[in-house]
Amino acid sequence: MSKPKLATVWLDGCSGCHMSFLDMDERLIVLAGKVDLVYSPLVDNKEFPPDVDITLVEGAVSSEEDLHKIKAIRGRTRLLVSLGDCAVTANVPAMRNPFTLDSVYDRAYRETATLAPGVPTDVIPRLLPYARPVHEVVPVDVFVPGCPPSADVIFYTLTELLEGRQPELATKTRFGA
Amino acid sequence: MAERKTIVIDPVTRIEGHSKITIHLDEQGQVEDARFHVTQFRGFEKFCEGRPFSEMPSLMARICGICPVSHLIASAKACDALLAVKIPPTAEKLRRIFGLAQVVQSHALSLFHLSAPDLLLGMDADPAKSNLFGLLEKDPQLARDGIALRKFGQQIIERLGGKRIHPAWVVPGGVSDPLRPEDRDEILKAIPEALTIAVRSIAWFKGTMEPFREEIACFGNFPSLFMGTIKEDGGLTFYDGKIRLVDATGQVVAEGLDPRRYFDFLGEKVESWSYLKSAFYKPKGFSDGMYRVGPLARLNVSDRCGTPRADQELAEFHELQRTAILSSFHYHQARLIEILYSIERLEQLLNDPEILDKHVRALARPNSLEGVGAAEAPRGTLFHHYKIDEQGLIRWCNLIIATGQNNLAMNRSVLQVARRYVKRDKITPGMLNRVEAVIRAYDPCLSCSTHALGQMALQLQLLSPQGAVLDEVVRS
Repeated sequence: MSKPKLATVWLDGCSGCHMSFLDMDERLIVLAGKVDLVYSPLVDNKEFPPDVDITLVEGAVSSEEDLHKIKAIRGRTRLLVSLGDCAVTANVPAMRNPFTLDSVYDRAYRETATLAPGVPTDVIPRLLPYARPVHEVVPVDVFVPGCPPSADVIFYTLTELLEGRQPELATKTRFGA
Repeated sequence: MAERKTIVIDPVTRIEGHSKITIHLDEQGQVEDARFHVTQFRGFEKFCEGRPFSEMPSLMARICGICPVSHLIASAKACDALLAVKIPPTAEKLRRIFGLAQVVQSHALSLFHLSAPDLLLGMDADPAKSNLFGLLEKDPQLARDGIALRKFGQQIIERLGGKRIHPAWVVPGGVSDPLRPEDRDEILKAIPEALTIAVRSIAWFKGTMEPFREEIACFGNFPSLFMGTIKEDGGLTFYDGKIRLVDATGQVVAEGLDPRRYFDFLGEKVESWSYLKSAFYKPKGFSDGMYRVGPLARLNVSDRCGTPRADQELAEFHELQRTAILSSFHYHQARLIEILYSIERLEQLLNDPEILDKHVRALARPNSLEGVGAAEAPRGTLFHHYKIDEQGLIRWCNLIIATGQNNLAMNRSVLQVARRYVKRDKITPGMLNRVEAVIRAYDPCLSCSTHALGQMALQLQLLSPQGAVLDEVVRS
């Protein structure tokens, strides 16, 4: 029987949750025996497979591309896990929400630019007016708060989900942990 | 009618961020242009407005989960400038330890977790195996060495800062808590093994270079300036010093530049097709002012590392090329030499008699309305620049991050590799992987640099001369 399929995706976050995933250190080897990592910034498959068992999502939904990706991923995933405070609450990415999009762009691409000031628009995705948590856009099955959730919490969550149990996270991690 | 085509690689994988590459072919199917597009933008420079300056180190750490420590340090140094204090000497040494631990973990991630699959399994390896887990199957010792080195760095960060990622320990005026004797002893105990692994890894790397002659010749192998921070004696440093630039011949172009005056000599240009701005050295203008930062640049500008084993490796490294070392393929080896240096230097600092001193924080209210903090992050020179009001609230912020300073060179490198390997009608995974691999050599950190459904493995677009999409092919 083939192993369960695991995917990890990175929307608008800092990659800290992915680094915490790597902080499982030698337990990554244990994990490799239990699941196939079929899609992730850490592997080269560029197409999200149609039948993934567990997907860990880091980051908020901030751009048109994030929105498009997470909708497609939801349709192809059995259990969707919001990993970390940005996925769970939109956290740091949402700090831009009180500002207009134009003023956020202007600081970076007009006020602090030396040459050719202007907002980039070709090929790259446009930002949405507000950064939003994942569950505002698609249904989420498991919430794992933390900035980032520790490697122990990630390992525990995956182990429980692979055993068919709902992880009990209330005492193990929290917002900002 | 012959048509122009565009090859799109989306997403670029095994790098730290969101990006895609487009390769533009002319009517004859020859590579005309290639571009590296960064597709994430986050707006840190704007949304920190109105926050108390004392929040900045912890907030700015959230720019990047890979090098949060560099942002903590540069941000705290900018805040030190706002307080206008000199921090206690032990606080400075502890920050140095923190920074060096991060160099080890971040360089280990780049080399072992992200690039080693290309080096060990080959550029043409099965994409399904080109990752850490494929590495574990092929050479468990090497993969475990990579995991162990990264863990060594992360554990030091955890011991000092309380957690591995986004610790709140570095604060304006110093650090929040002194080093405990038991933590110092535990870190010192781990050093011999880390040194052994570093030495073994360098030997392995040097032994793998031969089959990559072709890649070395075209992976960003061109003249450019190189920039880095050096100590007064010309030695390698990650914490504090003056900026030096050298040209492709290795001659010093500028020396003794004050990083706090970065705006006098560095400019940034916006390109309409990327969220990543391109930095350049102002006196040479755009784009002659293209310069590289990071491990290769630091070793090109430094006279010495300042620790015995790393200096021995540096001498051997310089034998690769008598001028500045130009090929960006050599970033990998430079990274390993910096790992070795960092471990040796950590040992020196931990054995410093002052290191357990309890006085680690200078307390003050803001005494200046503007401050710049700079440091060498693993990927290159990092600048944080803040302005506050009388209440200590942030009014303006500018960040210049390593990856933006490599942007011009990364784009030129992608073009160089594409011209060498991408030929009409012959699109292979190995060829496309090489285009990505040259980006990996720079170890770009894109969540950093832009503070800012991979449904297609490969997307080929047929464009009319006016740029309209005539046809599109997607394959996995």
